[in-house]
Amino acid sequence: MADSGGRSALLPVLHAPIGHDSAPRHVSGEAIYIDDIPEPPGLLHLCVGQSARAHARVTKLDLTEVRAAPGVVAVLTPADIPGKNDISPFAGDDPMFAEGIVSFVGQPLFAVAAESLPKARAAAALAVIAYEDLTPAVTIADARAADLHLEPTQVMKLGDARAAIADAPHRASGTLTIGGQEHFYLEGQVALVIPGEGGDLHVWTSTQHPTETQHVIARCLGCPDNAVTVEVRRMGGGFGGKETQSVQWAAIAALTALKTRRPAKFRLDRDDDMVMTGKRHDFEIDWTLGFDDVGKLHGAAFEFASRCGHSTDLSRAINDRAMFHADNAYALQTAEIVSHRLRTHTVSNTAFRGFGGPQGMMGIERALDAAALSLGLDPLDVRLANLYGVSGDVTPYGQTVTDSVAREIMTELAEACDYRARRAAVRAANAGPGHLKRGIALTPVKFGISFTTSHLNQAGALIHLYTDGSIHLNHGGTEMGQGLYLKIAQVVADAFKVGLDRVKISSTRTDKVPNTSATAASSGSDLNGMAALAACETIKARLAGFARESFGAEPVYTPDGVMLGERLMSLKEFVQSAYLARVSLSATGFYKTPDIHYDREAHKGRPFYYYAYGAACSEVVIDTLTGENRVVRVDILHDVGRSLNPAIDLGQIEGGFIQGMGWLTTEELVFDDAGRLRTHAPSTYKIPTAGDRPDAFDVRIWQPGENREPTIHRSKAVGEPPFMLAISVLSALTDAVASVGDYRVMPNLDAPATPERVLAAVGDVRRRGTDV
Amino acid sequence: MGRPIRFLLDGEVRELSDIDPTLTVLNLLRYDLRRTGTKEGCAEGDCGACTVVLGELEDGRVRFRAVNACILFAPLLDGKALFTVESLGREGNLHPVQQAMVDHHGSQCGFCTPGFVMSLYAIQREGGSTSTGALKDALAGNLCRCTGYGPIIAAGQGMGSDPLAAGVDALAAALAAIQPTESLTLEHVAGRFFAPASGEALAEVLLAHPDATILAGGTDVGLWVTKQHRALPTLVSLNAATDLRRIEDLGDAVRIGAGVRYADAHATLAALHPAFDELLRRLGGQQVRNLGTVCGNVANGSPIGDMPPVLIAAGATLVLRRGAERRELPLEGYFLAYGKQDRRPGEFVEAVLVPKLAADRVFSIAKLSKRFDQDISAVCLGLSVGVEAGYVTDARIAFGGMAATPKRAGACEAALVGRPWTRETVEAAVEALPDDFAPITDMRASAAYRLEAAGNLILRAYLESRPEAPTIRSAEAVAYG
Repeated sequence: MADSGGRSALLPVLHAPIGHDSAPRHVSGEAIYIDDIPEPPGLLHLCVGQSARAHARVTKLDLTEVRAAPGVVAVLTPADIPGKNDISPFAGDDPMFAEGIVSFVGQPLFAVAAESLPKARAAAALAVIAYEDLTPAVTIADARAADLHLEPTQVMKLGDARAAIADAPHRASGTLTIGGQEHFYLEGQVALVIPGEGGDLHVWTSTQHPTETQHVIARCLGCPDNAVTVEVRRMGGGFGGKETQSVQWAAIAALTALKTRRPAKFRLDRDDDMVMTGKRHDFEIDWTLGFDDVGKLHGAAFEFASRCGHSTDLSRAINDRAMFHADNAYALQTAEIVSHRLRTHTVSNTAFRGFGGPQGMMGIERALDAAALSLGLDPLDVRLANLYGVSGDVTPYGQTVTDSVAREIMTELAEACDYRARRAAVRAANAGPGHLKRGIALTPVKFGISFTTSHLNQAGALIHLYTDGSIHLNHGGTEMGQGLYLKIAQVVADAFKVGLDRVKISSTRTDKVPNTSATAASSGSDLNGMAALAACETIKARLAGFARESFGAEPVYTPDGVMLGERLMSLKEFVQSAYLARVSLSATGFYKTPDIHYDREAHKGRPFYYYAYGAACSEVVIDTLTGENRVVRVDILHDVGRSLNPAIDLGQIEGGFIQGMGWLTTEELVFDDAGRLRTHAPSTYKIPTAGDRPDAFDVRIWQPGENREPTIHRSKAVGEPPFMLAISVLSALTDAVASVGDYRVMPNLDAPATPERVLAAVGDVRRRGTDV
Repeated sequence: MGRPIRFLLDGEVRELSDIDPTLTVLNLLRYDLRRTGTKEGCAEGDCGACTVVLGELEDGRVRFRAVNACILFAPLLDGKALFTVESLGREGNLHPVQQAMVDHHGSQCGFCTPGFVMSLYAIQREGGSTSTGALKDALAGNLCRCTGYGPIIAAGQGMGSDPLAAGVDALAAALAAIQPTESLTLEHVAGRFFAPASGEALAEVLLAHPDATILAGGTDVGLWVTKQHRALPTLVSLNAATDLRRIEDLGDAVRIGAGVRYADAHATLAALHPAFDELLRRLGGQQVRNLGTVCGNVANGSPIGDMPPVLIAAGATLVLRRGAERRELPLEGYFLAYGKQDRRPGEFVEAVLVPKLAADRVFSIAKLSKRFDQDISAVCLGLSVGVEAGYVTDARIAFGGMAATPKRAGACEAALVGRPWTRETVEAAVEALPDDFAPITDMRASAAYRLEAAGNLILRAYLESRPEAPTIRSAEAVAYG
């Protein structure tokens, strides 16, 4: 690894706030993304013809003029696919090109390969397509009415929640609608395929899942996996949006390269990317709580319905994770969690940071706010009273929570940010006559770590130790900005006690480490870090055997070199002597997460190895005349175990929070009645800008944090959990809206809390306040 | 075939000839010059990943402006210096802006990073403020999906001074040497391009080419190419007509020429009334404000532009020119119907005259959008009310986003005039808004919200006209303890 800012190579590398390995190349424009790779001669550019209808029978698809258009080299249709017309991860219901029936606006029907992108675009527009419209189900309500389900409704139960709620001293219920979210990775989907000899293909693609890309291409092309090599050095952002959604474009480019024997590139422009790739699932949640006079729960019932889009994709596991997080950090005592997975004629919704977890948590957080309001209690007290570790330890899926630190974190945060005094000040300020009202909320996060599909919790790594003592590192994880490559390099550098500059970080490739899982579920460093460490340990064990034989001593790795008894050798000398003694200096490493299991039929087991925790306090102001709102202060305390790299982890926490804040405030996906996405570019889809970050923004890593499980150096996963800290923003906005009804009427504030929704909620509270 | 386009890149004069006039600077950089540090994030000037810096010679001084390369047509580089992220430093020899971004962990995935570096670089070279507020305004046109912006703001505050500043005289001299002395004319199979060097010459070219597309900042026209993939057979740019760049103080009004960009008009308009200051900080990103023109926002007739309603409220007059013939009309008279303006073939908007506001008038601007910064308004209000002895003497209330054109609220105005300037009067007057407007529902807002919020904005203007009224934009965390 090259210089990353002039730090001494010999400083301790573990648990150190080291800057991103690629930072000097990011800032200088030298970091290479797929579209920056010099274009090979003869490169073909791709564009697809898209369905204009959400649900229709294609009665005519005339591509004569497309084929005849200037610069067109190939037009690809289902008939050109030698293998299966299927780019789905497993369900077999997602075609590369739709045949017969189209099931969302933007669905690819065919592809054009041309000498330039403008020519490909112009040609694709010449297709003559006729449709016979079928009824589309665009919304959750449409799909419910038409009874369109991806799979049977799932039910998870702990005790008899209905009875417990009915018997409880108090009950509350409500409905919450939560919008989806576009990933808006800054680098759009892109793949470049270069054909080799004998039908081999080399695929450069911006993906979180090289292995699945390889497998899908082989499936579509009818070739063995070993003919396809997939490589990715870095992504310009992923967030889950390149877990499955990157595959189709790589597969079409691969098909083109196979057919034409020319290199092919497929880069989606922003509008096509937003129209044709999946997003976070939108949810409707009906909730009912039973509780006592101090807000302690007797039971909770949730009914989730999500818009999954036209195909299965990852919706089963995503909706499962929503169910797993219906409790967030709270012992529900009894629970009934029902989950409907609805098939709609919209783009197939997919993985997005949190993977259903954020939506799942929203119900209980809204419900606890409502319970507190109905009892006239501070919602923080109701939350604290119900935490795991305070009020119970068994989750609705039967896992016992043994590692809860939510109470410690929330208590520490509440004191540090003066929550109680500020809440009183907010109430006092709101008693005045102005049209600006304030709100404040402090909410926790408990997020389960592990792929809930247990077999995915495995990883591989490959380490070469060269005779100059430099190290080549490869593993199955991908780099999307989260600093995974750096964290693994830190682990490896520490294993040999060398500087980071001795560890070469290399691109992720299916021919180096095979059969990998997606870099997802926040698991990247947990899994790949352990795999890389295992590879290091293998090499070190061989070196130890050699040292015992040759030097009569156990080698001890130090920053100054390798101690062999009294003798100090440089790593280079030591490795050279081992090489001469014919010791293998290359090793693979493998890791599988222990002790996890899950019975999906019964919805019982231990799906998670451990939990990550955090808490945030957000303060907001709303304008009750317009619904405009601002987050004016945020305080965060988050548990990352023993941080492998506090600088990287802080970046994940801050960035995750702001992304979550966008989801719940400004980011609104609008589909029209015909199923067309009307917000398909940043001009209409608004992610947070610098101006949306409050000046008062304090983010801290919880210092006592340490993983109770033997994870890589006792760290915890950090990619997803902080996203859900932003639920405090919606809770604070709800608190602000409640002020207009003097905190007697629970607002129905849906997400995203755009000015329009806030104003509607204000009006609704006023009306209901007058009625009572 | 006329002379080539000449511009400076890393101190060297580059010449372009025989190019498609709608070739964007982004594509020129990435695919022709193989400078791939500049990224495409959206191709519509909204994300800033393609930010580059233009150096322009103005009154002997070089001005540095961050712009979006994705919607900037390459011919507009004529006579300018172009700086890209490659113009700064490389790994191992980073520029202070780049080093500050590294030191503060300002990059994660890195894709937006070159754009942020260039936006910061423009601030540094211009000696702009690096207060948190100023940086937030200057960076609102750069989207980052990873960091949450804190580290980038910190980098902006730690970037120090520009080591290249010493070379500014040489840069000015090099720019002086390539300043166009004659109009630029390009003929290409894809289209013709004219950049007349004066308003006079522009008027003549437009008489000869009445169907031409008039190009000012290109922050809208650029999208016709990058988003709608339209061919523009004849483009006439007013960017080389330096006389159209003038802002003149006419005593009782200011005259803003057709070529005056938002950024250059900012101080003048803010001096007319502070409400313009916030509007111009929120309108587009800095990159858009550095290219887009006040008159262009008016001329293209969009019902959702922010300048028309506020300038109508201010009582602005439009100056139109065709050949040697000029005419003036009240701004509200320019907008005839959706997509239809009172502009004849060969005619162009030469200037807008904005009267100075009497100090005792109630003047208010409100921009409602999902996101505060760099978002198109769902509703935009301009309001100017005269009050004497507690009674309303006259009212000019105009809205964007409420009709097919920017439009005055005639019935509402009538309900105010002659009545006491009180909450009761205002609440009664806004009841007339449904007579003035039947707004639509679209992706920005519903019709019902638009109507309700429009009335509330007028009420808010009344409330905020009283001293020390707080606003949502200035809200800070609660005071306590």
